[in-house]
Amino acid sequence: MSEYGFLVPLPVVVPLFGAGLALALYRRPRLQRIISVIALSIVLVVAATLLVLADSGPIVVDIGGWAAPVGIDLVADRLSSLMLTVSAAVTLCVQLYSLAQGEADGDESAPVSIYHPTYLILTAGVANAFLSGDLFNIYVGFEILLAASYVLLTLGGTGERIRAGSIYVVVALVSSLLFLIAIAMIYAATGTVNLAQLAERLPEIDADVRLLLQVLLLLAFGIKAAIFPLSAWLPDSYPTAPAPVTAVFAGLLTKVGVYAIIRTQTLLFPEGRMDDVLMWAALATMVVGILGAVAQDDLKRLLSFTLVSHIGYMIFGIALASETGWAAAIYYVAHHIIVQTGLFLVAGLIERRGGSTSLDSLGGLAKIAPVLAVLFFIPAMNLGGIPPLSGFLGKVGLLQAGVQDGSALALTLVVGGVVTSLLTLYALIKAWNKAFWQTPPEPLPERTLPKGMVLPAGALVVLGLALTFGAGPLYGYAERASQALSDRSTYVTAVLPQGGRGAGESVDATREAESEATPTAVATGEEG
Amino acid sequence: MTIDMSPNLVLVGVIVVLVTAGVYLLLERSLSRVLIGVVLIGNGANLLFLVAGGAAGRPPIVGLEPEGRMSDPLPQAMVLTAIVITLGMTAFLLAMAYRSWQLHQHDEVQDDVEDRRIARLAARDERAFEDADTEESTTTLDEEAAETRDETDDGEPVPVPADGATDQQSHDRTTGQEDR
Repeated sequence: MSEYGFLVPLPVVVPLFGAGLALALYRRPRLQRIISVIALSIVLVVAATLLVLADSGPIVVDIGGWAAPVGIDLVADRLSSLMLTVSAAVTLCVQLYSLAQGEADGDESAPVSIYHPTYLILTAGVANAFLSGDLFNIYVGFEILLAASYVLLTLGGTGERIRAGSIYVVVALVSSLLFLIAIAMIYAATGTVNLAQLAERLPEIDADVRLLLQVLLLLAFGIKAAIFPLSAWLPDSYPTAPAPVTAVFAGLLTKVGVYAIIRTQTLLFPEGRMDDVLMWAALATMVVGILGAVAQDDLKRLLSFTLVSHIGYMIFGIALASETGWAAAIYYVAHHIIVQTGLFLVAGLIERRGGSTSLDSLGGLAKIAPVLAVLFFIPAMNLGGIPPLSGFLGKVGLLQAGVQDGSALALTLVVGGVVTSLLTLYALIKAWNKAFWQTPPEPLPERTLPKGMVLPAGALVVLGLALTFGAGPLYGYAERASQALSDRSTYVTAVLPQGGRGAGESVDATREAESEATPTAVATGEEG
Repeated sequence: MTIDMSPNLVLVGVIVVLVTAGVYLLLERSLSRVLIGVVLIGNGANLLFLVAGGAAGRPPIVGLEPEGRMSDPLPQAMVLTAIVITLGMTAFLLAMAYRSWQLHQHDEVQDDVEDRRIARLAARDERAFEDADTEESTTTLDEEAAETRDETDDGEPVPVPADGATDQQSHDRTTGQEDR
């Protein structure tokens, strides 16, 4: 364990403590706000530190000092700490936005005392899923974030939210069950759920059994990442939630699924027998998603469909199974988290200013709210892939990797990617044209936007621009991350350094470690 | 030391029944049936973990038994976690079904009306929203072609103006109307 090992569990532990504290102080909303902002700021600082530290090699912590293959380990390598940093920045911005919204609306409009603890638990679950080096712990992380997301999605319990929530919850439960069954089968086949040990043992088992396990895991993660044809739940459920909740869901939850796919595909199943299937799924996701977006007349639903569509790009990068493809996919994930969250926050601002997100009743916003127009236009162009913004850089990276691959299927996807990009631009320009330039059918209500909401949304837009200016170092980081992914031995030896066992204290008493793993896992599970 | 890994066939049979019944119930519309389906599949998955741990053995406490006769404690730990999680989710789903019943007097999963509306619009080939760019006219291309004429075309007979207006003025008037 390195000297900075103590940092690794903090992104999970600090929000969980904060959540407990915030729940205990439910009568003191102001204190709750301070706690949640402090907790998320700490997570951001820790994540940024890990981002720097992990560049020189993965940082591994065996929780409770129990050695790795049996005890649970947390691993901060380049990929996970990059994801962690981006998600921490996004969650902090969204939190500040929702604080300002709460202040503007008054506390009566939403049960804020529930909102803050749940939001913190959500971030803890996301961090746990990113950092975990243990398949079962990833499941626990997923359940933590899903349980929190169920509460956030149905906040207030209005009819519309219950309708959307029941679809979301049932689909998420099915994917969790699939994941659980996959873990049980993996344990039956290999006798371990530790990712590093699985990387060593999976090549030894029967190839067809391995394929079955891979398909099961992909199905479970595919539902969470909203890959077509497992994506129909997303545009139904996301738009009904409050704007900050939709924003953070859109930015983070699907990306956790994408992250899990990257991790398992690269580390556990490097022979890539599902790559062709993933390619087709990526093509279908891109095209079907964006065609759905073109047909919509509600801004939030339109954005939800573009979200589905752009998941296809990431899956494309993963399915290429080359270092360039993975690097582009990683950069694209970082770009997409920030830009999509920013767009949803701005959609929330539009709803506030114009009284609706339906394009039927919006119009003329560019004249009455020029700042809002700029805030929408930049991320919209970014998502559409206009140079020199980061969406363009990510897409160029993917297209280059696709051309480099050279197979007919990859070239088809390159064409599909360009078409999707153009259709994204078309859908967003159509929305921009109607909402910002044309005269509204009825005059919009006179309202001002609270500065506290505009600033965090603006911060995310600026962060999206920073991805362009910092593209060199960031893309370099993504490339190094993907090199580490293809060289799996770095990860494996970092987790299991000495004779196939982690650096815990229980080298001579494996059985004790096993029985001790129980309370740790259960304690984490109960938080969810 | 070999560990007995042959699965217990009774458990496998129970898993098959639980998952089959669970999938059937999941496909129902009523949330409470879906809930029972989730519980059944969840328990099936839990039993699968037990099967994955190999044959049953003595309690896994160091010192009480020789290690070869102990049962594998790791799946048990995972099953405990999974049970706790399933319990939480069941409680939430139950609360949601109850809320749905409060609101609508039933707990069925409803359709997404917005989706249906967009699909109906698409079936009628209508635009999703009114746009100032939408042309009001319903003239077809053929009708437009019949009305349009070449401005430089002098072939057609010039109408003799009764009030002395020039040919050029009347021409402007017609093209102006077409443009509008």
